Order: sequence, then C-alpha cells, then structure tokens
Amino acid sequence: MTDRSRLFRTELAGPMATAHSRAAARFMISPAVLLLLGWMIVPLSMTVYFSFLSYNLLMPGMEEFIGFTNYEFFLTDPAFFEALTNTILLVVGVLFITIVGGTALALLLDQPFWGQGIVRILVIAPFFVMPTVSALVWKNMFMNPVNGLFAHMAKGVGLEPFDFLAHAPLFSIILIVAWQWLPFATLILLTALQSLDQEQLEASKMDGANFGSRFIYIVLPHMSRAITVVVLIQTIFLLSVFAEILVTTNGGPGYASTNITYLVYAQSLLQFDVGGGSAGGIIAVILANIVAIFLMRMIGKNLEA
Amino acid sequence: MARRVSNQRKFVVTLVAWAIGLTIFFPILWTVLTSFKTEAEAIASPPSFLLFDWTLENYTEVNERSDYFLHFMNSVIISLGSTLLGLAIAIPAAWSMAFVPGKRTKDVLMWMLSTKMLPPVGVLIPIYLLFRDFGLLDTRLGLVIVLTLINLPIIVWMLFTYFKEIPGEILEAARMDGATLWNEVVHVLTPMAVPGIASTLLLNVILAWNEAFWTLNLTAAKAAPLTAFIASYSSPEGLFYAKLSAASTLAIAPILILGWFSQKQLVRGLTFGAVK
Amino acid sequence: MTLFSRALLGATALTLVASPVLAEKLTIATVNNGDMIRMQKLADDFTAQNPDIELEWLTMEENVLRQRVTTDIATKGGQFDVMTIGTYEVPIWGKQGWLVSLNDLPAEYDVDDILPAIRGGLTIDGELYAAPFYGESSMVMYRKDLMEKAGLEMPDAPTWEFIGKAARAMTDKDNEVYGICLRGKAGWGENMAFLTATANSFGARWFDENWTPQFDGEAWKSTLNFYLDLMEDAGPPGASSNGFNENLSLFQTGKCGMWIDATVAASFVTNPADSTVADQVGFALAPDNGLGKRGNWLWAWSLAIPAGTQKEEAAKKFIDWATSKEYLELVAEKEGWANVPPGTRTSLYENPEYQKVPFAKMTLDSINSADPTNPTVDPVPYVGVQFVAIPEFQGIATAVGQAFAAALAGNVTADEALANAQAITERTMKKSGYIK
Repeated sequence: MTDRSRLFRTELAGPMATAHSRAAARFMISPAVLLLLGWMIVPLSMTVYFSFLSYNLLMPGMEEFIGFTNYEFFLTDPAFFEALTNTILLVVGVLFITIVGGTALALLLDQPFWGQGIVRILVIAPFFVMPTVSALVWKNMFMNPVNGLFAHMAKGVGLEPFDFLAHAPLFSIILIVAWQWLPFATLILLTALQSLDQEQLEASKMDGANFGSRFIYIVLPHMSRAITVVVLIQTIFLLSVFAEILVTTNGGPGYASTNITYLVYAQSLLQFDVGGGSAGGIIAVILANIVAIFLMRMIGKNLEA
Repeated sequence: MARRVSNQRKFVVTLVAWAIGLTIFFPILWTVLTSFKTEAEAIASPPSFLLFDWTLENYTEVNERSDYFLHFMNSVIISLGSTLLGLAIAIPAAWSMAFVPGKRTKDVLMWMLSTKMLPPVGVLIPIYLLFRDFGLLDTRLGLVIVLTLINLPIIVWMLFTYFKEIPGEILEAARMDGATLWNEVVHVLTPMAVPGIASTLLLNVILAWNEAFWTLNLTAAKAAPLTAFIASYSSPEGLFYAKLSAASTLAIAPILILGWFSQKQLVRGLTFGAVK
Repeated sequence: MTLFSRALLGATALTLVASPVLAEKLTIATVNNGDMIRMQKLADDFTAQNPDIELEWLTMEENVLRQRVTTDIATKGGQFDVMTIGTYEVPIWGKQGWLVSLNDLPAEYDVDDILPAIRGGLTIDGELYAAPFYGESSMVMYRKDLMEKAGLEMPDAPTWEFIGKAARAMTDKDNEVYGICLRGKAGWGENMAFLTATANSFGARWFDENWTPQFDGEAWKSTLNFYLDLMEDAGPPGASSNGFNENLSLFQTGKCGMWIDATVAASFVTNPADSTVADQVGFALAPDNGLGKRGNWLWAWSLAIPAGTQKEEAAKKFIDWATSKEYLELVAEKEGWANVPPGTRTSLYENPEYQKVPFAKMTLDSINSADPTNPTVDPVPYVGVQFVAIPEFQGIATAVGQAFAAALAGNVTADEALANAQAITERTMKKSGYIK
C-alpha cells in the first residue's frame, strides 16, 4: 500500500472527504430531500390545520376553531390505551416471527439443494398477494370454526375447533400479517447472507468452530445491518396495519384487535370527521416517531460500516 | 458460490426446504385452486382439494365484467413508473449517504423514514383536496407521484444498506485510475450493486402493485389499477370467493412471472474476492 | 426533425382536431352486488337508445364505495356523474343540497309507481333526490324440512318467542345443524343493522326526543339478552365474526335452521346452482313482540346525481332508463323474473308473472311494513329503521357493534356491553353538540 492510497482512503471515509465529493454528495442527495420535504410539509401542515377545527365533511361551512378538543377527544377515548397496547403487540409479534423465521429461511435457502429457484419463489410469493385478499383467504378458508381448514383438521383428530377470530383476534392478525411479511425479511436477509465471505467461514470451520458459534460470531454480525433495516422498515409498515383488521374482525370483539390506525379510522374517518381524523393522525405520527427514536437508539449503531 | 456438500445432506435439505416452501405457499395455491371451482364448490364443507369439477367460468366472467387489460396496463405503468422514478432519485441520494456520510446522515435517514409515519387514513382529505385542485384525480400521473413519494424512503434505505456492503476501496481504486464521479457511479458502482438494486426494484414494484389505499381513493374509471379490479370482487353481501380468487390469480400472475425472471439478479453475490 | 416526421406529426394533429367530439362520457359509481352487475351487462340497451352517451363504470364494495363517493361529493371533486347511494346518505346529502332533484323526470317514468315506503326514504322536502334501483327489507328464511322434523309450523308473521322456541328445537350441534344463524360481525351495517331493527320490535330506540342515548333502558337490555341467549343455545360457533356472507355460506351448505337477514338473500338461497338446500326454503315476516313494530329493516340502493355536474341531462336519461318499468321487463326477458331487481315498484308486484316467484309477496309485505320516518314504538328525532340518519352514526354504531360482538364472543357480560355502548354514544353525541 503506497502512501498515496492511504491518503485517499482516509479522505473518502467520513468527515475528511474532499470538498469536491462533499459538494457532489449534497447535490445528489438534494432531489430526494427536497421532494420528501415538500411531500411531508404540505399535507402535514394541512393535517395540523384541520386538527384544530371541528370539520365534518358532511357538514361543511360549519368549521370553527376548537383548539385541542380533537386531541383531547382522541386521547380520552376508552379504547386508546388498548389500541396503543395492541399496536405495540402487533409490531413486536410480527417482527419476532419474521426476523427469526426470515433468518432461518435465509440460512436454509442459502444451502445448495435441488429446485432452489422454485422454492425461493414459493417462499416469496405471499408478499405478492394483496393484503385484503390474503386476509379474506385466511379468515374464510382457514380460520372459520365451521367451514375452515383448521377446523376440519381439528375435527379430524377429534378436537373442538378453535374460534380464532373471536378468542384470539390479535394473535390471528399477527399470524396473517407475519405470513405476508416473512418473504420481505427473507429476501433481504438472504441477499445479505449471500455477500458473506465464504473463506472466513471455511477458515473458522477448520479451526474447529461448530455451527452455533459460527452463526453467532460470524454470520449474525455480518447480517446485523440487514436485520436492522428489516426491523426499521417493517416497523413503519406494521404500525399502520389496517386492511387486514378491516376485513377480518373490524377491530373487535370489543377493542381486542383495534390498533391506533384502525382507531383513527373508526372514530373519525368512518363518520367523516376530518378534524378528529387529522388529530388522530398527528398523534399516530408522534407515537411512531417515539418508537422510531427508541429503535434507533437500540440498534442504530448497526447501520455504521 | 459452489460448495461441496454430500448428496445425502443435499437430499435432506431439499426435503426440508420444499416442505417449508409448500406450506408457506399453500394459501396461494388454495386461492388458485378455488378460482377453478364454482361458487358453490368454493364454500363446500368439507372442502375438496383437487377432485372437483374444474371450470373456467370464473375467468370468463371476470374478463367480461371488468376490463382486465386496462387495469393491468395501469398497474404496470404505475408500479414501474413510480419505481423507476424512485430509483432515479434514490440512487444518487443513497450513494452520497453511503460513501460520503456527514454528521447528519443518520438523522436525514431517520427523517426520511418518518415521512411514512402519517397514517394514510388521517391524511386522505388534504391529499384529495390537493389532487382535486391540481387536476390529478383519476390520472396515472397523479398515482405515480403519490407512490413514488410514499415509497422513496424505503428505496433510499434499501439502497443505502446494499451500498454499504460495497467496500469503499473499489471505488477509491477507480478514482485513482482517474474515473470521474459520473463514471464511478455508473460504471463501477452500479454493476456491483445490481443484486441490491434488483431486489429493491422487485420489492418496490410489489409494494406499488399491491398498494390499496391511494390507488382506490384517488382513481375512478380511467386510472384504476388491478387493486381496484380485485376490490370490485370482494363484497360484504354476496359470495364471490371463486371469482375473487380468479381476479386475484390474474393479478398475482404477472408479479410471479416477474419474480421468476429476476431470480438470477437476486442470487448473484458481490465479488469480494476481487479486492482481497 | 426530418420531413417525414414533420409530416407524420402534422397528420396526427389534423386527425385529432378533425374527429368531432361525439360521445358524452358518464362516470358511474356502483356497488358490486348481483343486480348492479346485471345492470352493467345490460347497459348496451341504454347505449343503443342513446348513441351519444358513453358509460364508464367504477364498481366497488359498498363500504369502500361509500367512502369514495362521500369524499368526492363533499370536496366537490367532480369525479362521478351518477352515484349509487343508499337510504342512509340521501337524507343527509339532500339537506346539504348536494344532489340534483329528480322531480322533473318524464311522466312515463311514473314516479307514483314507486313503493311509498321507499319513496319516503328518498324524498326530502318534497324533492325526490334519488331514484331507487332496488329495495330490500329483512325477513325470516327457514328450512321447511328441519321445521317439519322438529314438529313445528312457521306462521306467516311469527313472534320472537316462537322463533326462539323453533331455533332451539331445530338445533343439533353434534351434526352441525344450528337452529338460527344471525349476524354477529361488528359493524354499523353488519350486526348493528340487524340489532337496531330487532330492537325496534322490542320497543327500544337509539335516542329519545332529546337525543339522549337509550342503552341504559329496559328495552335494549331485553333485546341484547334475548339475542345472546338465543345465539348461545342455537347459534353457530364463531358467530361474532359472521356477517352476511358467512351466514349465507352456512345456510347454503345446510348448517342453519333459520336465517333472518336481507330479503335479497332469498334469491341466493333458492338458487340450485349455489345452494344445496334450494328447494327446502320457506319465508316468513321478520318477528315481533306484539308491540306494533316488526324486526325488519328498509334499504334501497338508489341512483343520484351530484349537484354541479356538467352532464345533468345525460345522467338523468341514464337514471330514467335504469330504474324504469322497461328495465325490469328487460331483465325478466333476459334473465328470468327471479332476477329482477326487487322492491321498487308497485306495478312489479301486481304483475302475475312476478307473483309466481316464491319470495315476492313476502318481500313486498316486509318492505311495506317498514317506515323509516316512524321506525320505533316511541317517538324519535331521527329517520331510519336500521340506522340513524346522522353523520356520526357510522362511527358510533361500529363502536357499539364492537361492544356487542365482545358480548357475543363471551368476553364481556351483556350489562357491561350495554354500559360501554351507552358511554361511547354519549361521548360522541356530546362532542358533536347534540346533547350537553
């Protein structure tokens, strides 16, 4: 390594980058930033504005400024805490299933075997189906306690069929959503896994490391960035799960499967209360940001090289 | 990445992989099979797996009733359009964040992700009003714009992740050989990042293809994509399971085919060996 | 640019300018139920008579459709020229002046032929704001063979007590036969439609004249307890997620002794292509308790024109065609009398051909016995039989529906559910300013 290359290397990595490359970098990043800024500011400010009005779509012209009433109403809803808890449970549940399952599947699919291409498509396929359709299929074909497949299987071995959607609504929804997102996690983790340096693995195998320690000390750290990204992206989507709930349980029974997004819908949009819906939306954003900051603090360091 | 393993081990792995794959795929298989049943068969109990009267009536009915081709073209234009537009904006952005990180890079990344945190149900009316004023309601352009914006954070994030995997030394070597910035991005970076870009493209096309909130609320008859096509078969008062299955199969099939053909891109690993 | 491409460009431009704007395009938003889909298929008849009008369709399931058209009409988005709306929207929108009055339809349309109950639900201050496409009420559908087996006979106008007795007698849980299947899925248009209509026959009401919610009264308590006990003894498992579709599926596969639901279900369950029990179905009026109101509801999907549309004339022509006597005859000719959209015109029910349809008379009697302007035993400040025509109703009723579904699933007691319903309703009514 010549002196010159060492110089370049330190210059490129981090705050010591040349003015030229930094200016270029800012230029390249600006379209994305500007667009997202515009996208965020315009609807967001309109939403904030509406949240302070008593604006019902079906009674226009009667809007008046009511300060924080909409927020108060949303936060004092008896369902609020249950919705909050359900939201967190849903996110954590699905994350757990998809990350653990996704890692296991990625490891499996990385092995050589016959028909790799087909199995890969089979595993990724659930992500292709529209969420409403998958929810309907699960609800009616599988989980229905009279006509569903699970019921038939239970009856086949002499057990009482279990009423999934009435007695374990949140769990059922977690199951459905996890099935939909498993392919996403698997795909990202698999792509990350395939960039793992085989020589390092072989070397450690020759040094006598067994599968467990190889996994923990070599594979997992390599995949930590991918896992972090999966967690972050999925969390954002999972916080606003909506279609599946609408189609299966409508948030019930009671509030057992209502999450914050569904609460905003049921309480506000369903009665065309734009003011209330906007307040609920703002509250959802604040909560999501809290979750995100929390997450970043926990796993953010994995994003650095 | 050829590794020498015993045939015995390969056999066991094959068995396990296929079993798991089929289990995961089963609901979709069920949907496809249901699309060939009559409505009465679709709700029959106990349900029949393969031994029923196969019929094509659902497909003919679906094709007669709605214009599959129009919806299909709309979906293609919207998904591909928003993905390509998103990639064009995101690749430079992700490059700069991965290779010339500043102090605020992580904050910018988090902020981008936070733009996705506003639940669509809460912001429907403002967007609808905006679109109405700009004449974008029921246009493909309007949908492309919306979908690009809502998925841009995801694209940036995924590309950022993949770019981070590429060791800076390769780019540095190119620069030392006198490559300009443009050359560096296009001729050195992009080929190495192809698997990453490919999987980002595929996943984003799927996200846009299945997006069922904005596509339903901002379109009427002209720009409606396949999500509207499918939604017209789901009903709270009337059993359309077989037809819904047929519509869904017609909607998934193009994506499955796309996924099948982009496989090779997803599999290619990064050429680390070259640097060491 | 080469000469060739310039010429091509010029030629294209010329053709664009030269082709006259012939057709007027109507964008129509409809629900995806059987009758409206049939209308789409038969629309060639309309375009043949009106070659200068082109039709574009948006077909959606009713909840998405409702949200879509309401958003559009309230923001004056102008996306639709003809909308399909129900007896819930018409009073609210008519008051706002959002709909074009249909009082000037031609005399041959014979607006007096429309069934009075339906016409009343679609008229505000003397102006007809929507033309009914089809009307429905609710009734009892039962299995004649199972009734016989239980040794009972269904009267034409049963009481709730009789229904309870019959349901329990027909139940055979070991053989997966459930005496009665009723809606349980949470939703203002799902379980609450049924329970509100049922409550009317128990003497209950949503609000008193001062808009105070009434869930803490005896009448609602009896309603809910009757419903829960009945479902416990004679209902299918998983009832708390069963809506219309799930019950239809259960009935068609022979698992229900009785089903009380929309009259339109009658044409499904008697269709041998879909139903395994098609030839065993009998009909009766929705039950009552002798208090003067029966437990049936009233609904009409109707076509309306948003005010401010540029294509009022063409839209009126379309609505005239789709809801006319000639249209009913067209359907009868092409698809048979059983598939004619029911519940709109008196002349249909006086037609001897239609009278042969097994559920025709019962449907007519059910519709005629429902009065949206006087839905309950005691006076109320609202219109609507199975709903309350105020904008807040959808949200309130879905939350109340969730509370009742929780009771059905056994997670809370009936008293707790009623207390929750009262609290929820009071809270929203206070926020909206109906009560202090």
